[in-house]
Amino acid sequence: MANQTDHHALPREEHHLSKGKVGMSCLIITESFFFMAFIVAYLYYIVIMQVDDGGPDPKDLFYLDWMVYVASICLFSSSATVVFAAKALARGAHDKFRSWLFITVVLGGLFIAATAMEWIGLIGGKGIWMDTCSFGTCFFSLVGFHAFHVCFGLTALSLCLVLSLLGKFPTMQAERFEVLSWYWHFVDTVWIFVFTTVYILRVYT
Amino acid sequence: MTVLPKPTSASLSSSPQQGILERVHDWVTTADHKKLGMLYIFSGLFFFLIGGIEAGVMRWQLVSPANDVVGPITFNQMFTMHGTTMVFLVGMPVLLGFGNYLIPLMIGTRDMAFPRLNAWGFWMFLFGGLLLYFSFIGSSGLFGTKGAPDVGWFAYAPLTSRTFNRGNNVDYWILGILVSGFGSMATGINLVVTILCLRCKGMTLMRMPIMVWSMLVTGFLVMIAIPVLTAAQVMLLFDRFLGSHFFDPQLDGSALLWQHLFWFFGHPEVYILIIPAFGFVSEIVPVFSRKVIFGYTMMVIALVWIAFQSMSVWAHHMFAVGLDPSLNAFFAASTFLIAIPTGIKVFNWLGTIWGGRLVFHTPMLYALGFIGMFVIGGLTGIMLATVPFDWDVSDSYFVVGHFHYVLFGGTIFAIFGATFYWFPKMTGRMLSERLGKWQFWILLFGMNLTFGPMHVSGILGMPRRIYTYAPDRGLDLWNMLSSIGYVFQFIAILFFGWNVVQSLIKGRKAGNDPWDAWTLEWATTSPPADWNFNPLPDVKSRRPLWDAKHPEDPDYEYE
Ligand code: HEM
Ligand SMILES: [Cu+2]
Repeated sequence: MANQTDHHALPREEHHLSKGKVGMSCLIITESFFFMAFIVAYLYYIVIMQVDDGGPDPKDLFYLDWMVYVASICLFSSSATVVFAAKALARGAHDKFRSWLFITVVLGGLFIAATAMEWIGLIGGKGIWMDTCSFGTCFFSLVGFHAFHVCFGLTALSLCLVLSLLGKFPTMQAERFEVLSWYWHFVDTVWIFVFTTVYILRVYT
Repeated sequence: MTVLPKPTSASLSSSPQQGILERVHDWVTTADHKKLGMLYIFSGLFFFLIGGIEAGVMRWQLVSPANDVVGPITFNQMFTMHGTTMVFLVGMPVLLGFGNYLIPLMIGTRDMAFPRLNAWGFWMFLFGGLLLYFSFIGSSGLFGTKGAPDVGWFAYAPLTSRTFNRGNNVDYWILGILVSGFGSMATGINLVVTILCLRCKGMTLMRMPIMVWSMLVTGFLVMIAIPVLTAAQVMLLFDRFLGSHFFDPQLDGSALLWQHLFWFFGHPEVYILIIPAFGFVSEIVPVFSRKVIFGYTMMVIALVWIAFQSMSVWAHHMFAVGLDPSLNAFFAASTFLIAIPTGIKVFNWLGTIWGGRLVFHTPMLYALGFIGMFVIGGLTGIMLATVPFDWDVSDSYFVVGHFHYVLFGGTIFAIFGATFYWFPKMTGRMLSERLGKWQFWILLFGMNLTFGPMHVSGILGMPRRIYTYAPDRGLDLWNMLSSIGYVFQFIAILFFGWNVVQSLIKGRKAGNDPWDAWTLEWATTSPPADWNFNPLPDVKSRRPLWDAKHPEDPDYEYE
């Protein structure tokens, strides 16, 4: 990239809106439409058509399933702790930042652990998978893609934590961290929809 | 006073001593929006050639009844690859390439918001395209039974299921488009962020050239449409590799779900292919009419309106599957409505031309050709949106006629217009007007000869995607005409290729502002310096160069 070095030597342009924040908002819109397709598929097959192909009844699987609620509470509260972390970083309170970030990562980790347990139960215990029935198809793809996004966010957050522990995450990065926290909020928001679709609609109606 | 930087020359990259290896290295590792833009356009034109040859194979096979140039399987592969190539590997990259090149210049900044993401997007597109084409040799491997994909560009279920497609060719279709789709999403986001965040001083939203507005809207449509296709393709991959039940009706899946997801993507996609073209024409028409664009505000409103409404018309591609009549009525009505903003745009171009001092250079010819051809395509579109009529001609050559008038007469004409208009900026040399005019008239004649008769053969009952037809159905003449038209188009493209080569070598030097235009890109040298502007411009109106050239009568006193 020999010929691009000079950009930086020239006077910078004024920025009114933050590139990071607008970019993240765009990514969130894009991802929302991706998830929408899977939510539509679940709603169509499992909630509306209620196809009967020998698959399990979600009522039997998820009625008063306390682990999902605990996991959801973990995930939702991690949205709050990540805000506390971002605020602490902006103030320059690095110890507080690390503590809140640690709690966030743990809460996210608990959520993933709960998902793992649930999947082990469904796949190993009940023998349900993508190819056994429409429920398996829709459930594993929707919940799986959400979990995949949680893992991605967790990796990014953990990276920040490690960098901060190494002393390489200065206050200067506060805006970047805030942008990352938006992604985390988005992952949580998707869960509201996934949760409603999968664990409420067919289960309690 | 409008502050415009003096054009400074001396692109750092063009030191003549560079060896060939260094130059390749330069282009491969570049994150510069201008180089990436040219890479996009060049790769797109390369795929245009391939897609054009595939079309030629089809026209050759159909030139006479009961012909046997190629068999049905090859024919299926040809129309699948042709459609997929033209939409994903020609239309999108060339349009996004012009966006890449021009947007930072037009809004007075130095690069896209995320230059490296920009490079990533380009290479994803290119390798996605190459992956798709690798199917010709790659897909008859271990399990394969045949070469390239043969399921049509919309790959309807359940034809794509393992049961009916045992080889890997569908997988190549899925993965190639999936990969290049990631590139498109990255570029769409990049365009939106660039336009929202990096405008120079004084460049308010309502002072942006219409071209910039059209790219903003296109960026949003890319962000909304492509992820739905990606999701549908992922589901299809799951169906094919993990045995899931999304689209296989025999396993309680729904073939209709694929259609809904695909067309929820598909209709915005056709607007992704036409809205940047609207942008080109909106730049070219005023400059060659020597007038400001007529009804700027309405143009912007119409763009945004089209973008929103393009999300609520998708099922007009599904009238023939037997949806609920009230759904059909809704989608027909919504489709009729979208013709209103489209019509507004056409009338505004006409309003710009009206009373102007027209200059008939090649870009203007293409812009005028665009308006004419696009109106024909739009009108047949409205015919198709009428449910009972659509039932009669859906899946016939009439539809093929419709979308080639909008895509060829529209998008491709606008791309040629844009090429003739901005080539001097990109290369520093003019394209030959004489060759350009020959190309235009031959192309205009050829495209009407090819796609016009398709309406007739369609109404006479010729289904699309059929590899041959019987001699006594009254279809011979119309197919013969279509095939002859192809030859004219091919010749026109040869003129273009010759023109580009000639002009690159010994074309007339362009200077900074050969068309006496008004938008910021013409305030730079041709080609622009690596940093575009120094200092960054400060604009006061929609036509900063007019203000600079006419300080006694600047635009900002009227806006
Ligand atoms: C006034 C605006 C338009 C209207 C009312 C309209 C309407 C329609 C309708 C109803 C169909 C479905 C026909 C059928 O399959 O039975 C159709 C197909 C199509 N249209 Fe348009 N259209 C319009 C503009 C455009 C534009 C601007 C483009 C692209 C630049 C476009 C590209 C296509 C394509 C590619 C198809 C065929 C898709 C396929 O089946 O492969 N249309 N149009
Ligand atoms: Cu459509």
